[in-house]
Amino acid sequence: MNTAAPDAGLYQELVLEHKRAPRHFGHLDAPTHQARGTNPQCGDDLQLELRVEDGQLRDIAFSGQGCAICVAAASMMSEAVIGRDVAAAAALQQRFRAVLTGEAEAEGANLGKLISLAGVRRYPSRIKCALLGWHALMHALTDEPQTRAAP
Amino acid sequence: MGRTLQFDRRAVEFPSLAQQVHGQPLAYLDNAATTQMPRAVLEAMRRFESRDRANIHRGVHSLSQRATDAFEAARATLKTFVGAGSDHELIFTSGTTEALNLLANGLALREGDLIIVSGLEHHANLVPWQIAARRSGAELLILCPDAQGRLHVDGLTQLLGPDTRVFALTACANATGERPPYEALLSLAAHAGALTVLDAAQAVAHAVPDLSALDCDFMAFSGHKMYGPMGIGALVGRRVALEKVAPLRYGGDMVQWVDYAQASFAELPARLEGGTPHVGGAVGMAAAAAATFIDQTGRTNIDVHVDALRAHAVAGLQSLPGITVLSPHCTPTAIVSFVADGVHPHDIGTLLDEHGIAVRTGHHRAMPLIDHLGLGPTTRASFALYNSHEEVERLVAGVAGALELLR
Repeated sequence: MNTAAPDAGLYQELVLEHKRAPRHFGHLDAPTHQARGTNPQCGDDLQLELRVEDGQLRDIAFSGQGCAICVAAASMMSEAVIGRDVAAAAALQQRFRAVLTGEAEAEGANLGKLISLAGVRRYPSRIKCALLGWHALMHALTDEPQTRAAP
Repeated sequence: MGRTLQFDRRAVEFPSLAQQVHGQPLAYLDNAATTQMPRAVLEAMRRFESRDRANIHRGVHSLSQRATDAFEAARATLKTFVGAGSDHELIFTSGTTEALNLLANGLALREGDLIIVSGLEHHANLVPWQIAARRSGAELLILCPDAQGRLHVDGLTQLLGPDTRVFALTACANATGERPPYEALLSLAAHAGALTVLDAAQAVAHAVPDLSALDCDFMAFSGHKMYGPMGIGALVGRRVALEKVAPLRYGGDMVQWVDYAQASFAELPARLEGGTPHVGGAVGMAAAAAATFIDQTGRTNIDVHVDALRAHAVAGLQSLPGITVLSPHCTPTAIVSFVADGVHPHDIGTLLDEHGIAVRTGHHRAMPLIDHLGLGPTTRASFALYNSHEEVERLVAGVAGALELLR
């Protein structure tokens, strides 16, 4: 097992473990923000719910379906951002996205456990899978409350 | 398992297949999306482009004449290939999608007309009819498949009426491999007075429909799904039916005379082929169809071989836990599409690619059908004459390995 090696394969053990037992999977009682992320071409469909208080992501939950990369990435995202400031979560999203799209090196991007997903950058057709949860997170945080509800 | 191929597949020489992917010999099982081209087709195209290339129909010089002859010879070859007779004509298009758009756009539909499209269609034989209905005020009805994805003649009987103008149907559903009873369905619709449209994109490399035996006004197909080049295809149909189709493209080659105020139009097929066509593509498509390839290899041999590969794959995949094969009952088909409990097709597809096996994953441009069957995206393997039973074994082993890793 070599979960920290950024150039290892796509299906790292840590990634598979998150796929099999996703963290923060379900719903929140009283979300303040939510968004849906879909990828119609492959059927990935995530619903993300947040409880944001005082500029902090106090709680997060996601539900839906997707491929292993999509589900594991959303699960790992949930662990990475819970309890953090909104600004810090947005900054992590930027760094993670930059690594996957090849704009930044994995080393030095300060991704923590998310580095297990760095191998996705060598699979261009799968990058959107790993970013779907993050897109939903950014939408949930930036959209106006009136348009936030899921369709 | 299954009968062996009656000819030596290595002798056929498909240059693109002789490669490794991720260190493994390529097993190309994405033939429903695009087939690979044999050397004979590549050579026919190279010969045309390097010796006869010129614009057609309006030159008096030798190359223009040779190009025109090559283009018209390709048309004749392809007409023969699909059983078109003297009352048929063949229009070259960029592919099946353009052929179906030409039809949906070019038939004069009115408010009150009915268009019936089967629920097995891929987007190219559904969306153009949706747009045509919206534009004309015609009504679009769907001939729904049953829970197993099968179409029934009774279902069509209930939809047909005196106002039915068009019935459009696939010869083989690209998402499931289902082969509907298109002979009976087309016949029923034709006798009710509808214009009948057969999307043969998935059938021209395998179990080619015979127009001479069908109640079919229009049939569309693509070169790249029958061992020919991309960017070329055909709409073949009865002349009397094609006369009703307005051109999609106005311009050169499709006019008789033009002044600054108006123009009169050429006869078929030129009337529907505005602009410089893909002559090299037509040459390659014809080479694939008959002169060098499918007919020489023998259609029956291809069909028997491909059907056996499909049956082998269905049996192998069904032996794995939690796998549901779509249209398992369907034998004359080259496509096996399946879903796996708890495992997404994209993951299966990526893991198979790491073993050099190319399959397609997703909705296969047929989202309404996948929804109707209550399924999510699927993994689809599709076979061609160059595939082997060994490759089927690799597919089944690869899927088994993917399930083990991901569950």
